[in-house]
Amino acid sequence: MSARVIHIASNTFREAVRDRVLYNLIAFALLLSGAAILVGQISIEIERLVVINLGLTAVSLFGIVIAIFIGIGLVSKEIEKRTLYTVLSRPVRRWEFIVGKFFGLAGTLVVNTFFMAIGVFGALLYVAHKLTSSDAMILIALYFIVLEFLIICALALLFSSFSTPLLSAVFAFSLFVIGSFAEDLRGFAGMAHGLTRWLATGAAYAVPNFSAFNVINLVAHGQAPSGQLILQNTLYALFYAGMALSGAVLIFERRNLK
Amino acid sequence: MPITSQRRTTLIAAACLVVCATASVQALRRVDQLRPRATLEDVLYINSPKVVKRASLGYDGLMACIYWTRAVQYFGQRFHDRSLSYNELAPLLEMTTQLDPHLVVAYQFGASFLAPQPPFGAGQPERAIQLMEFGVQNNPQEWHLYYDLGFVYYMDLKDYAKAAEAFERGSHVVGSHPFLKIMAAQMAQHAGEFDTARMMWTATYQSSQDKLVRQNAVEHLRALKVDEDVTNLQSTVTRFGQQTGRLPVSMSELVAAEKWPGIPADPDGNPYTMDRDGHILLKHPEDFSFATQGLPPGFKPVAKFHDQ
Repeated sequence: MSARVIHIASNTFREAVRDRVLYNLIAFALLLSGAAILVGQISIEIERLVVINLGLTAVSLFGIVIAIFIGIGLVSKEIEKRTLYTVLSRPVRRWEFIVGKFFGLAGTLVVNTFFMAIGVFGALLYVAHKLTSSDAMILIALYFIVLEFLIICALALLFSSFSTPLLSAVFAFSLFVIGSFAEDLRGFAGMAHGLTRWLATGAAYAVPNFSAFNVINLVAHGQAPSGQLILQNTLYALFYAGMALSGAVLIFERRNLK
Repeated sequence: MPITSQRRTTLIAAACLVVCATASVQALRRVDQLRPRATLEDVLYINSPKVVKRASLGYDGLMACIYWTRAVQYFGQRFHDRSLSYNELAPLLEMTTQLDPHLVVAYQFGASFLAPQPPFGAGQPERAIQLMEFGVQNNPQEWHLYYDLGFVYYMDLKDYAKAAEAFERGSHVVGSHPFLKIMAAQMAQHAGEFDTARMMWTATYQSSQDKLVRQNAVEHLRALKVDEDVTNLQSTVTRFGQQTGRLPVSMSELVAAEKWPGIPADPDGNPYTMDRDGHILLKHPEDFSFATQGLPPGFKPVAKFHDQ
């Protein structure tokens, strides 16, 4: 990776930290500690399940919201503040700018997820008084969540490269929701015939399949996702994010910035 | 010191914030009083597990936990109010288990909420059986579920053949507790009601780590002891009547006739009493929530838990 990409990525990370993005960790900590204390009193025998389910759901949703709302502004904000012209007047290629932004945002989310993961394990230790070997499965769920973030970051950047922040947010969030229903879309395609079947199948493959990354409930019950699933999900996320990022680069390369 | 314009605005805004916040809380409390509570509790806004599953965007594990907590709260509130209707309990439990078919606790506790007769439960043993069968179907390796299924068949439906079958199926699960085989044999023989019931509650107590389950088992074991004692004492009173042609006038007369060392006592150490019609009674029936014998006429049991 070129030094210029790394510079842009680290600047993006610093900017996100300056924008107080990591403040969401406070909300996360309050949510998790509150749940850990409260659930034991209002429910029966699900303290551990709630901490894992709520913790990982919060990691996922907080991260997706951050990815969308920061991702959509990464390009437009630079144009608005006219800092993009300063950057591009230096020996920085447009693709390096996009890729650097992507890695900066992805890095922010990884750091954020790392601190949240500490919170999840801390809360788990509080309610269960010990960690067991099956709790290590939570790391796989966290890894899948990070893969999800990569796709969302790339999509947010893609939309940001040609659209307004508001529309980009709508597009990205809609794709997240549709992607969560990707299995249903595929089921629908299976039941349809003719052209509808082709269109539905095409749509099912075009939208990101987020349901494939959701193993939260599985790991909450101490079950391990298979090694093949980990490998294939990794490949899928990398290819899909690569596809969206390439699209963003293609559009941004041709965008008239005057 | 003169107050600056900015400071004045801050003070006024802060005062407005406090006043408005307090007033909104008061207003909401009045609104709550105006709305009938039952409508809030009795409504399941979405009663399709499929819709909830889709609306949860894949986070169905968390939704299952939320619905399970709602079911526990619903049952707890109704139980506390000594309600005779638990209309939404079965749908809540079914929703929970459809969202997360591996939430074993929802089947175990759910069955014990659904099966017993009101006020101790919803009085819906058939729904409890349905729930447990769904649980067994999705978690065939959980021997506890077969045990609970047999328990409902035995305790609430008195269906010994089905109970024996459930225990038998459970006994084939790898790692199942050996008492399942004994239970299956007991059911098949129809042997000693008190002994079987005692064995089942003891097994429940020993196989659970949950405080509530263990307390419930303790209460049932205490009640069983009372039921057995009172049944035996009542037989003695009947025999006394057959031999003498009259009822004993007091427990002391019965004790003397039987040459017992003292008046038999309940598990709390309080001697049993006898009314003028020869009925054996508990001194403090309110201390034995699940007892069916030794209760004064018209007595309504109240749920009460003792230390284990």
